[in-house]
Amino acid sequence: MSLLIQYTLIFASVLMLVALGGCFAEHSGVINLGLEGIMVIGALGGALVMRLFLDLSTPMMILGVVLGAVIFGLLYSALLGVACINFKADQTIVGTALNMLATAAATVFVKAMNASINPDDVSSTIQYVDQKKNFLLYFGDFEFNWFMLIAVIALIVAYVVLYKTRFGLRLMACGEHPSAADSVGINVIKMRWSGVLISGIYGGLGGICYILAGVSEWKFENGVAGFGFLALAVMIFGQWKPIKIALAALLFGFFRALSNVYFGFDFLVNLNIPGTVYNMLPYIISLLVLALTSRHSRAPKAEGIPYDKSKR
Amino acid sequence: MKKNILKSDGVQAVIASLICVVLGVFVGYVILLIINPDGAFEAIVAVLKNFMTYSRPDSQLRYFGNTLVKTIPLILCSLSILFAYKAGLFNIGAAGQYCVGICASLYAALAWGWSWLPCLLLAVIVGGIYGSLVGLLKAYFNVNEVISGIMLNWIGLYLTNMILSAVKEEASPYTINIRTANPDALIPSLGLEQLFNNNQYITIAIPLAIIIAFIVYIILDKTRMGYEIKATGFNKDAAKYAGMAEKKNIIMTLVIAGSLAGMGAAFLYLTGFEQYIVTSSQVPSMGFNGIAAAFLGGLNPIGAIFSSFFIQHISSGGAYVDKSIYASQISDLIAAVIIYLCGFVFFMKVVMNNMIAKREANKAKTGKEGGEN
Repeated sequence: MSLLIQYTLIFASVLMLVALGGCFAEHSGVINLGLEGIMVIGALGGALVMRLFLDLSTPMMILGVVLGAVIFGLLYSALLGVACINFKADQTIVGTALNMLATAAATVFVKAMNASINPDDVSSTIQYVDQKKNFLLYFGDFEFNWFMLIAVIALIVAYVVLYKTRFGLRLMACGEHPSAADSVGINVIKMRWSGVLISGIYGGLGGICYILAGVSEWKFENGVAGFGFLALAVMIFGQWKPIKIALAALLFGFFRALSNVYFGFDFLVNLNIPGTVYNMLPYIISLLVLALTSRHSRAPKAEGIPYDKSKR
Repeated sequence: MKKNILKSDGVQAVIASLICVVLGVFVGYVILLIINPDGAFEAIVAVLKNFMTYSRPDSQLRYFGNTLVKTIPLILCSLSILFAYKAGLFNIGAAGQYCVGICASLYAALAWGWSWLPCLLLAVIVGGIYGSLVGLLKAYFNVNEVISGIMLNWIGLYLTNMILSAVKEEASPYTINIRTANPDALIPSLGLEQLFNNNQYITIAIPLAIIIAFIVYIILDKTRMGYEIKATGFNKDAAKYAGMAEKKNIIMTLVIAGSLAGMGAAFLYLTGFEQYIVTSSQVPSMGFNGIAAAFLGGLNPIGAIFSSFFIQHISSGGAYVDKSIYASQISDLIAAVIIYLCGFVFFMKVVMNNMIAKREANKAKTGKEGGEN
């Protein structure tokens, strides 16, 4: 049981972090479909810190890994910003390109790194068995991961920034009615850049959190298995509001956790459902949830439309 | 006055695509240089040469055939994506539709012993049904087709793994070899293989795919249905106002798109070229490469034939890099960079038009001055 709670919380943390990232981008008016790719690159950043600095003290390790993930995510999201904000490119195409690019680039990079150390090693895997222990605390059976706390802090920050600061309210104005925002002197381009870069920070954090959940090595060829898109489903289900996103993430996290731990529950095993069905469950649930909630969607009104000053 | 050929939309699209290709390959080269400058040039040449790496002409021909065999499903996937894109729908679910196409064609061939034509038709139908799910969700529940497409991709992958486990080889995760188990299910070649040094995987799928590209072109350009689809994509509300059934059009579009992707899967797997691995943890990349091919081909069905060949050419070429230094995924990376750059095509066209306009304005000016003298 504690295993189920533990996995639910860690997967919910991942989904919440990434969904909050999506939330910032969309409130500023940019649809960030590249979150999946940002997660991969963020995970790479964090994993590299673990790989290169083996003997850091626990607080330094946590700080280093978080910084690695944040910086990588931030830089990668800039590719989306340049294309979609400055060059008014199609946000769907660019987001998709970033997802494909991230997995390919991470694979090429990690393989090259592994091969340069040991010519026989052509895998795209980074191991971090010992380094991972820095992130864990044990309360009896329950394995606490510092990222659960980081996710809660990130949630509070997101809530405060979006609703209690001038910056947040201006950001949201740019996603709802950019020309009105522009007319009162808000720099829409700058605001959208902020939204995209913040989504890069959150996405990168979510990525490193994902590869620290449950496993102690990561094969970068595998990407992040659609988690970036599950997070977008969480964001839509959470109606673009941080608190609701957190609750939605818990629900989705629970179904994702089931596939990891279902064999620990006798009644689930007795149902004799093949394991693959549990693997499908999060995706099926998200389809159902989207079908139920998308009709009256409260999406930011101007999202996905490049801002063109001359059309004001 | 002579008409400037640079003004034509088609010419501009070709130029833009060529720019994307050159820049994409260049970025790939730079990344190879960063990894290891010594072998970078040989590696990028290997990617671009692909089957031409072989020195003997008959081996070249044979491996050229292999690249063609894998180009066929890519053409179909890119047709699927561009067809939907004309209706304003981004069919990222093509990968999942392709996956269930594999499932249907192989299961029918191996478990039921069907011959190739019914297997192919089943894959088309199942792909179409799978595509219709995205359409129904979009039309009636306003679900973003990208997100539902991705979810269905993963569901499709797990379903395929589960179902095809019933027809796998006992000691391996591969599905049973169709060539030994049920040769009737192989698409006939009608002697085409002789053109490619008896490459046994060459079948009539190749001419069929090209015919289908032309059919898609005709549907989009010359029929009422194509007109309605494009109108829906251009302005959904205006299309509705003009009396077009926009919900029906969305669903029909995705059914056709799904059928095309499913057909692509059958065109590859019913040649026996590949056996499906039932423990796959990745949605087949064919559907995603289809996105690259569709945009690189300027969203034109005929252009898709050439762009698909190019994308598959470099994908296959990735296998020839020195794997002790570089990863074969360098070609995926180049393809991804190309898609990213395709996002800038609109911008490139604006720049080209501005340049032409400026030049013409200058010409008109000097012409006038000349007249006054």
